[in-house]
Order: sequence, then C-alpha cells, then structure tokens
Amino acid sequence: VKRFRTGRAAGVAVLAVSAAVGLAACGSSSGTSSTPSNSSSSGASGVTCAKGTLDAAGSTAQANAITALADAYEKVCGSGVTINYNADGSGDGVTAFEQGTVAFAGSDYGLGTADVPAANKRCGSGNVAVNIPLVPGPIAIGYNLTGVTSLKLSAQVLAKIFSGKITKWNDRAITAINPGVSLPNEKIQPIHRSDSSGTTYNFTNYLNHLDPADWGYAANKDFPPAAGGVGAKGSSSVAAGVKQTQGAIGYFEDSYAVSDGIPVASIGNAAGDYIVPSITGAASFIAKGTAASDGKISFDYKDTSSADYPNVLVTYEIVCGKGNSASTLPLLKDFLAYMAGAGQKLLPANGYASLPATVASKDLTTIAGLAS
Amino acid sequence: VVSGAPHPPAPWAGRPSHRGDRVFLGLTRGASILVVVIIVAIATFLAVKAVPALHKDTRNFFTTRVWEPDSKPAVFGIATLVFGTLLSSLIAVVIATPVALGVSLFITHYAPRRLARLLGYIVDLLAAVPSVVYGLWGLYFLAPKMVPLSRFLSRHLGWFPPFHGNGEYGHSMFEAGVILAIMILPIIAALTREVFLQVPTILTEAATALGATRWEMLRTVVLPYGRSGIVSAVMLGLGRALGETIAVALVLFSSFTITDHVLNAGGNTIAAEIATYFGEAGSVGQGALIAAGLVLFAVTLVVNLVARTVVARRLPGVS
Repeated sequence: VKRFRTGRAAGVAVLAVSAAVGLAACGSSSGTSSTPSNSSSSGASGVTCAKGTLDAAGSTAQANAITALADAYEKVCGSGVTINYNADGSGDGVTAFEQGTVAFAGSDYGLGTADVPAANKRCGSGNVAVNIPLVPGPIAIGYNLTGVTSLKLSAQVLAKIFSGKITKWNDRAITAINPGVSLPNEKIQPIHRSDSSGTTYNFTNYLNHLDPADWGYAANKDFPPAAGGVGAKGSSSVAAGVKQTQGAIGYFEDSYAVSDGIPVASIGNAAGDYIVPSITGAASFIAKGTAASDGKISFDYKDTSSADYPNVLVTYEIVCGKGNSASTLPLLKDFLAYMAGAGQKLLPANGYASLPATVASKDLTTIAGLAS
Repeated sequence: VVSGAPHPPAPWAGRPSHRGDRVFLGLTRGASILVVVIIVAIATFLAVKAVPALHKDTRNFFTTRVWEPDSKPAVFGIATLVFGTLLSSLIAVVIATPVALGVSLFITHYAPRRLARLLGYIVDLLAAVPSVVYGLWGLYFLAPKMVPLSRFLSRHLGWFPPFHGNGEYGHSMFEAGVILAIMILPIIAALTREVFLQVPTILTEAATALGATRWEMLRTVVLPYGRSGIVSAVMLGLGRALGETIAVALVLFSSFTITDHVLNAGGNTIAAEIATYFGEAGSVGQGALIAAGLVLFAVTLVVNLVARTVVARRLPGVS
C-alpha cells in the first residue's frame, strides 16, 4: 500500500511537471528586452537622448533591426534609456497599439482598412495613426538543387511554381530561361509561410503585379491556401525546410539565405532581366516607389532598371500623428529619428537594406511633426 | 492510478467534529469546486467567443475543408484539423505504447534495482523537456533523419496505403507523430510502471510456482491485471498528444488538406493551427480559432469519457 501511494504521487508529479512545462512552452514568446549600458556620450549621432522607457511590439521580421538599433541608441545615450520591443508578430503589435499598451507598433504592412478606425481611436478624437516606413529588405527565393549554383526565375515561373502549375524542375518553362544549367527531373516542393507575414504579403504582391494571369490572388499576408504547397511557421522554419529538402523552394528575407548559406535565384523584373538580390538593389527599387499620404509605399513593379531588385518588403512603425503620450513623446521622436537617420547605416550589417534618401527624409519630416 | 476506480465508502463521511477535520474538509472541497469552476469557465469562454464567428461562417463548420475566416464571406471548417489531430495522436499512441510498456516491464520485472531506478529517472526526464525544444529538435535534427526512413517505408511497405509516398518526405504527419510519441512516452511509462508494481506478489509468485516462465508470468498475470491501468495511461498520453501545440506547429509543414499519406508533408492539427494563426487573425479569424479550440475541448472530453468507460468496464474483472 505504501509503495502504491508514493508511486501515485510520483506519477502525479510527473504529470504536473509536464503540464507546467507545457504551459511554460506555450508562453515562451520571443520577447526582446534591452537594458541600458553605461557608455555615455550624449548628443552624438544627432540624437538628443531623452530619458525614460519606450515600449513597442510587433513584427518579427524587423525584430533584429530594432534590437540592434535600440542597443546602439542606448549605448549612445547611456543609462536612463530603455527600449523594449516585444516581437510577437505584426498583428499582436497592432492590437497592442490599438489598446494603448505600446508607444508604437512594428508592422510588416501598413495599417489595413479594418485596423484604421481602432488605431485612430487610440490616438484620440480627430487624430490619425501614421505608418512610417523604416526597415526595408530584399526577399530572396532560396532553393535546394544539388549541383545548381545559379538559377534564373521569372515572375511567371514563380507564379506557376507556387500555384502548383509547374511541378518538375526540368519543366520547359524553367529550362528555357536557364540555358546551360542542368536541371533534374525532380519534383518541386514549394514551401510558403503558414503564419501571416509581411514577407508573404510582399512576395504575393510582386507575383500579382508581374503575372496576374498566373497569380490571380491579391496580395495577402496569408498565403492563399488554394495555391497549394506546404506551409512552415516563421521564416527560419521555411529556411530550414529549404535547406533540408532536396528539390525545395521557398521565400524569406535575404538575411536568412545569407546566414543559412542557401543558394538564391535571380529574379525577373518587368523588363525580363534577372537580378540577384542585394540590399543596394532593393533600396534603389524602393526609391522608385511612391508614398501615400498615410505613409504607405506603393512599389513600382513596372520598374525596368536592371540594377533594381523587384522582390522587396518594407516594414513600418505605426505611431499616432498627434495624441501620443506626452511623457514618452520626446523619447519616441528621438528614437524614431535615430532609426530614420544615423541608425539606417547599421541596417545592412544586420541583413536589411537602408532606406532610400528620399524616403528617409520624408520619414524625418513626419517624425519631427509627431505631437502629444 | 486507475482513474474511475470505485471508491471505498468513507467511514468518516458524517459531519466532522474536530476543527482540523472541518478545515481540511473545507480545503479539499474548495479544491474540487475550483477545478469544476475552472473547467466551466474555460468552456463558457470558448463557447461565448466562438458563437459569433460560427454565425458568420457561410458553410458547414464540420465538413468544410477550407480555413479563410477573415475573407468576405467568411469560410471555415474544422474537418481537416480534426482529422489531422486524431491522425497525429493515433500515430503517437501506436508508437509510444509498446515502447512505454517495454520500458516499464523492464524496469519492474527485469532490471536490477539500481539500473531500474536510473532508467526511471531518465524516462521522467523526457517529460521535463519543454515542448518547444522538442519542436526545434524535430525541425532541425529529426526532419533530415526522417527522410531516409520515410523513403524506406514507402519503397518496401508502399502497398499499405498510408505509406504511399510521392517523394516529398520529412516534416510530415509521421514525423509529428514520432515527436508526439516521444513526448507522451514518459506519461505512459510512469503510469504503467506504477500499475505493474501493484500486481500482488502472491499472484506472480503463484504463476512462477506453477512453472510459468518470466514471459508467461507477465503475459498471464501482470498484463491482464494491469489492463485497465494501461488503458488509462494510454488515454492520458493520448490527451497530451491531442493538445500538443508548439512542437507540432514547428515540425509539421502544414496544408489544409485531408490525406492519409502520413509520410508526406501536409495536414495540420487544431492546436498547431491555433498557435500558428492566432497572432495575426482578424476578429472572425480569432473567433474561428476559438471555435476550433472548443472542438478540441470536446474531442478531448469524448476521449476521456471513452477511456473512463473502458476502465470502468474492465475493473470488476481485476479487483
């Protein structure tokens, strides 16, 4: 009897531990928290160094950029400054912004029409929320084909691959634009993002603009399920899947391709040229775009310059134009100005592109006009 | 250990007289009420949040094989997710049960005491690994290893429909099932170990005295005696597998299809779907995911009820 009782207790303990572990795992969101360091040289880099704590949340795609810039900003400004960025995803960030729990949201896409009313409401009556484009980057198309080190893919071919109309690597549509490359008689395994993502939004936007006949789906942060293929959660999972799976193809921000050593394709533009992804090519493509009054950038997919890489994403910070909290406003303006100004130079080292000068100067004007 | 066992009549069932007894009764009663309140609160929350979204659904929620709740009109159905949830859990139970029974029989009847204790600790340690770690391990380490195994199964056992392969291996329901099997193994092993320890020594000794070998003794006495305990252990493991979230979300490359080709990527489970989509879902999308959670709640409840029924029916035979 005694053995039975202790055994039962042990069994229950095992269950309790596993339950607790399960709960802990569920709650493990990737948060980024930065604490100030003490190398003070206030006033450098054109920042005024307001004191205080700034809370922000949102996109995972720009988490590395914000973390790096926040660290650099805190290093410049010394103690008394803390910037917290909780990388829970764009949707969570926008929700937190609407609820007023963060000073700004990082988002992979500008505020959608469904979110505009709630976001404006948070800013107070008569005020509007604005999108500030701050962190751009090229979207790479990575592939896994033994012995193939250079591959050209047009928007038409990509649209057909990702909608399941081309299923073999030696399909004539692919071999025709890749003379001299021996492509295997192997199944193509397209991997997309299963979670909502700005990378998906911008990639499908590119497909839809360059080949609406083969890609009839409008740009969407959710990959259209009807297009087929399999989905992986997060850019790192897509990259891992492409890296592990012979015949696979996937899309992710270029920094993932660089860090995982995944070969990337040259991508077709409107003129039929093929361009290797690069941060300079992405920046000059973005420079051709036009900014709307709400801050959102529309890319010019008709751009025919062979120096411009046409498959890009721009991520935004969403703030109130007027109606920001008076206590955090100085720090908010100063940090965002740093992101749009001196901080842009740090982005390439972290796998992102820098903003074109025209967009950056427009951002600085917007940021200077932010008010409480 | 055996859930649903009939309780002996409590001789102290009357009103307690000592203050200690009264306080203790209050505490235990409070704990029981708390559990019921929590369950009811969860069920109510799920139902309240789910109903508005379900009203917006323009097709049959139970049979539709599409999940686009935030499109207009909203279209979503639970069929593929329920199928994937049951399939991955079934694979997990099929793999984990024999291994867990083997481990616990070895620990209780074969291993020297010291080795048995060490082995017990190691099995329990499996339960202490966070599920996100299992997920990352499956994503980066196990997935490439599953490819040759899947290819082998497809080549040699392809006549068995689930083992049909189309050449796309890894990140499959099969791999998700393997990961789940590893995660539920410690639960089943720990519980069955206690079940086997309960077998009265007098019965095992009697079998041995009648000339039974160790294997015959296990087969004729230990396993039948522990049957109800084994069933409830497996059901507890199954419950864990049904609800596992992040490990499946990371390991399984999902699609919104129903397929019994377990070696290929595709399909998804309710819990993994919720984890993947909730962060960015719109208002109807969130409600739809909560409705999916409600279905998972119901599925788990049914599984538990079935398990309890099975145990209750078996029990008179062994007690």
